[in-house]
Amino acid sequence: MRTNNEPVHVQELISKKKQSKNLFLKFEKAIPIILFLIASVSVFTTIGIIYTLFSETIEFFKQVSVVEFFTGTVLKPLSQDPKFGVLPLIMGTLTSTVIAMLVAAPIGLMTAIYLSEFASERIRKTFKPLLEILAGIPTIVYGFFAFTFVTPLLKHVIPGLETTNILSPGIVMGIMIIPMIASLSEDAMSSVPNAMREGALALGATKLEVATRVVIPAAFSGIVASFVLAISRAIGETMIVTIASGSSKNFTFDLTQSMQTMTAYIVEVTGGDAPAGSTIYYSLYAVAMTLFVFTLLMNLFARYVARKFKEEY
Amino acid sequence: MAGAMTAIPQAEVKKRANIEVLRTLEQEKEVVFDTQNLNLWYGEKHALRDINLDIHEEEVTAIIGPSGCGKSTYLKTLNRMVELVPSVRTTGVIQYKGKSIFDKSLRVEELRTQVGMVFQKPNPFPKSIYENIAYGPKIHGIRNKMILDEIVEKSLRGAYIWDEVKDRLHDNAYGLSGGQQQRLCIARCLAIEPDVILMDEPTSALDPKSTLKVEELIRELKKDYAIVIVTHNMQQASRISDRTAFFLDGEVVEYDRTDVIFNEPTDQRTEDYINGRFG
Ligand SMILES: Nc1ncnc2c1ncn2[C@@H]1O[C@H](COP(=O)(O)OP(=O)(O)OP(=O)(O)O)[C@@H](O)[C@H]1O
Ligand SMILES: [Mg+2]
Repeated sequence: MRTNNEPVHVQELISKKKQSKNLFLKFEKAIPIILFLIASVSVFTTIGIIYTLFSETIEFFKQVSVVEFFTGTVLKPLSQDPKFGVLPLIMGTLTSTVIAMLVAAPIGLMTAIYLSEFASERIRKTFKPLLEILAGIPTIVYGFFAFTFVTPLLKHVIPGLETTNILSPGIVMGIMIIPMIASLSEDAMSSVPNAMREGALALGATKLEVATRVVIPAAFSGIVASFVLAISRAIGETMIVTIASGSSKNFTFDLTQSMQTMTAYIVEVTGGDAPAGSTIYYSLYAVAMTLFVFTLLMNLFARYVARKFKEEY
Repeated sequence: MAGAMTAIPQAEVKKRANIEVLRTLEQEKEVVFDTQNLNLWYGEKHALRDINLDIHEEEVTAIIGPSGCGKSTYLKTLNRMVELVPSVRTTGVIQYKGKSIFDKSLRVEELRTQVGMVFQKPNPFPKSIYENIAYGPKIHGIRNKMILDEIVEKSLRGAYIWDEVKDRLHDNAYGLSGGQQQRLCIARCLAIEPDVILMDEPTSALDPKSTLKVEELIRELKKDYAIVIVTHNMQQASRISDRTAFFLDGEVVEYDRTDVIFNEPTDQRTEDYINGRFG
């Protein structure tokens, strides 16, 4: 509080402050450099990871031929005559991801449409945080849920279902990524300007027509982005499949059987004690590298799709 | 008007009334929108009070009045777009061609198909010029490519923008200038051949040249459509409209032929507003 009633001279005050500020100004100049270094951490980490993956993968391919690895349908790392075909794992990963997306894509998208286009403000405000909580449940809980609840339930419908199978974790993975698709798609759809909805409504479009023919196309790149994130999440998902799908390295299209995903294989092998330098040990890196390339391709593809169909406004 | 007549002898009044009736019979265009005692609330806010207005076929009806007086609200009531605001409540009657627009049996999409709207800010869809025009016909089930092509050309010609866009029909509509976008939105509205076109300050975002183009277009369109236009521009109202309604604080202060409103308004407030001595 000021006590005397002298007039305030702002410029004077500013120049007084400025003198004490010199040191701070120097610091200010350094800030971009400091921030750059901090930002580089993630880039360097990525480079480091890729480097390790690469070098160890090369070691692996000195022991197992590339052709055998990528075309082999048999994976028997521990047998007397070990076989290192990665196809069973790729099959496991793809199958579980496809099942998950078949569950999550329609439900997630419809939830997003409902929330963004039909729900009242109040419903939206309670529903969205709920979704986000759902997205925060640890995956081990989902895994447990798949094994102890969904599998027994499915057995009533499909009697031949094995205790560990790929179907149940696939479905549960789908449930897990629904919130991600719903929430991100909803964000993309709500950011479509209202003026566009009004334009369509004024032409006699129904709410559903507005949603499907104006909002979704306009939000398409955001929706694709949410799908990609969800797929990446499904591909990388580990715990659910490890628990509920077992560790049989089956190469099959039969969803009722146990299959192993790339991630689950990595868990299994790191969990056992593969001696460093052994073929099994290196196979970890080769599988991890394959996984990495998968997600990378996925992302590139999504970028392409999103750019190609993006509606500019 | 009744007030001005009291000084005139009774016989003269009768004669004038007869002439009036005759004039009405030969000139008065059919009423498309008949508004009776319309009241509207946004929650607690009483935005429209006892509105009585007739909108006529093949005429341009201008709605003028200071900001916040309810012009847009009234316009949006006519195609029931105002209902998008959840807190809205209305009483009273609006008849569209003799049928209540609030009737349960009337689908609101049906009404909006016949009563088109052009917004203050151009709001094309983020699609190609062609798709913007074809959107309306498509949602109403017209799929035939050749028919669509024809509709697109006809509508764009109707909005006097065909020559400017005919070589870039498949470019994104957001590449057009503001004035072109607004005429595109008018064309989009024409594509479903409505009976009435509602325009909410359609030229307020446009430069003088585009404004004149849109005004020209409106004058052209009234041969086939009833047009209701909200405008803050007095010259514009007097240039293009046949009737003018002056709104103030949610009420219609005066509604008459445009020349009457602009030359010999009955209400002092109308005169003040038109001469810029007001809000
Ligand atoms: N969605 C809404 N919720 C609550 N009140 C509203 C809403 N829209 C408009 N109003 C109020 O209703 C009154 C009339 O608004 P309206 O938009 O019809 O005015 P207007 O005459 O079109 O004004 P302008 O010339 O500025 O466009 C205003 O007092 C406004 O604050
Ligand atoms: Mg307005």
